[in-house]
Amino acid sequence: MSLLSVRDLTVKFAMRDGNVTALNQVSFDLARGERLGIVGESGAGKSITGFSLMNLLSSPGYIADGTIQFQGQDIVNLPDAKMRNIRGNRMAMIFQDPMVTLNPVLTIGQQMVETLKAHRRLSKAEAEQIAIMKLRQVYIPSPEERLMQYPHELSGGMRQRIVIAIVLLLDPELIIADEPTTALDVTIQADIMELLLELCQSAKVGLILITHDLGVVSQMTDRTLVMYAGRIIEAGSTREIINDPQHPYTQGLINALPQQTAPGQRLKQIPGSMPSLTAVPKGCPFEPRCAFATDVCRSTPPEIVRHAHVEVACHEVNRLHAPQQEGQSA
Amino acid sequence: MTMSANETPLLELRKLEKRFELDQGFLETLKFRGGKFVREKRDVHAVNGVSLQVTRGEALCVVGESGCGKSTVARLIAGLLTPSSGEIHYEGTRIDDKSRHDLLPMRKKMQMIFQNPYASLNPRMTIKQALEEPVRYHNRALSRGDVEAKVADVMQSVGVDPSWMGRYPHEFSGGQRQRIAIARALTVDPEFIIADEPISALDVSIQAQVLNLMLEAKEQRGLTYLFITHDLSVVQHFGTRVAVLYLGSVCELSDTATLFENPKHPYTKALLSAVPQLKDDKPSHIRLKGEIPTPINLPQGCPFQSRCAHANARCMSETPRPLTQPDGSMVACHGVEEDRLLS
Repeated sequence: MSLLSVRDLTVKFAMRDGNVTALNQVSFDLARGERLGIVGESGAGKSITGFSLMNLLSSPGYIADGTIQFQGQDIVNLPDAKMRNIRGNRMAMIFQDPMVTLNPVLTIGQQMVETLKAHRRLSKAEAEQIAIMKLRQVYIPSPEERLMQYPHELSGGMRQRIVIAIVLLLDPELIIADEPTTALDVTIQADIMELLLELCQSAKVGLILITHDLGVVSQMTDRTLVMYAGRIIEAGSTREIINDPQHPYTQGLINALPQQTAPGQRLKQIPGSMPSLTAVPKGCPFEPRCAFATDVCRSTPPEIVRHAHVEVACHEVNRLHAPQQEGQSA
Repeated sequence: MTMSANETPLLELRKLEKRFELDQGFLETLKFRGGKFVREKRDVHAVNGVSLQVTRGEALCVVGESGCGKSTVARLIAGLLTPSSGEIHYEGTRIDDKSRHDLLPMRKKMQMIFQNPYASLNPRMTIKQALEEPVRYHNRALSRGDVEAKVADVMQSVGVDPSWMGRYPHEFSGGQRQRIAIARALTVDPEFIIADEPISALDVSIQAQVLNLMLEAKEQRGLTYLFITHDLSVVQHFGTRVAVLYLGSVCELSDTATLFENPKHPYTKALLSAVPQLKDDKPSHIRLKGEIPTPINLPQGCPFQSRCAHANARCMSETPRPLTQPDGSMVACHGVEEDRLLS
């Protein structure tokens, strides 16, 4: 049984002028100890996926359709009290900005003890012992002193480590990390990523890493989902996707990176920008920006199907990868 | 003035320093020590003796992590801040001590692009108003029609349809807004552009568009750039030379190709190794001890000494001077000077 199984997840936002579909039939599985990357640009639905998994969507957003099974248990319709048992305990989330995650008026120790006592029957002294152990695990120097400190006394990298320590307190089976290092410097990012990787590998924790950085995904994950305008457009092993992307958008995204072009030369840009969710094209969402679009692409949204080593949602994927042939399309 | 070189650099920074006062009010400076009240002022040492030259037609990238002083350098050059000491020369003329009025002709030559296009465009001005304002200000003699033609021309060149002139910034996407911010800088036909993280707030596919636009403008208009960024892959692509900044000091300055092939300063090496690579499966990054010290109490000796694996007694006490290496790069490191970093 997989750790997490998402089927046809559809999330809508009730707006004044009708519903906006933020997630459109998203399906994926995560095995125990597997690391999955979700990449895409802003507005692609990456974070909404994370929030839905934690059952943290708030009005006007709601899950309109689909199921999320966590260890065989459906969590979409779970009562709040039961969900609180899972959230933070068996699955936990790391957000982009640690200063927002941490409570500025509580010490690190208070926040850690609070989290532990919410889920376990422990004395304060026992809880502090666990907290110190976890802080040590994320390489925080002199953890006993840190417990007495407030978040503002620590640097950005240190704060994010504390957040990771809090997430680890209850030994979750799944960690969802939403752009955990975007607010941090490169050298600190490398440290935090190494730490996350090490922790996930040693404790066989499942990881969903939400990011816009293909380099990070490439170094951290086994499998990758590429999202665009609320849909998964390509899914498969990270190596396959990075080395041989199938969807024109994924190809465009990788080719647009400065590393892929000789210095000083024109970058291979993707024209246009992602459609707003209120005006997603009726066919393939990528069609207006796609160089290979045909009439089918303009009229029907593509299904996600197996192609080569990955799954792709593109009508023209066969033509794209067939030896160059000119002529009639569709 | 002793300008020994045959060519005057477009921009020259000489031992530029900027300190910000941390305790500003009288009460903030009062401290109670040993039974007495004493006055004590603390400074943030944002930029500490930066010397750089920018030659015409190049794109000098300044890289470093947050708090290293890269944005402060940009603001000092643009005249948005006044240096605490040191000099800024533009085409051989000292500009940091000039009055606002005397600086006017300079401002036309030098324009700045900021990180966040949402913040750099006035939300209550249409694009037309925002773009026309600098043209009018700097060319009082131009007729209304000329101004409009100029703006339409620049909008066209950055790929924003001139028929959208009457719209407000919120009606554009982030990428378009950054194009408009670039257009605003280009309307006065500058020769030097200071770009402070111009693509960091944009999505990957949009970053490529904006970077291409800046490269095009460089070729077509013969622009010179000072490009501030933390993104090393952008540096490698865009920069002709790179200055690596750490705690307000330049630790390495060299040609882009040389820097990426053969980084010399221990900090540059660590920085390069930390960039997540696309194809490489095994991250092999050099772990640095600790984190950037606060710029309030600068460490003695080399600024990087507290995190450097090669630091010795000399590094603790003596600030390294930038020395020219055989391949033309400048490195401020005792270890490189003494040739003991190979281990």
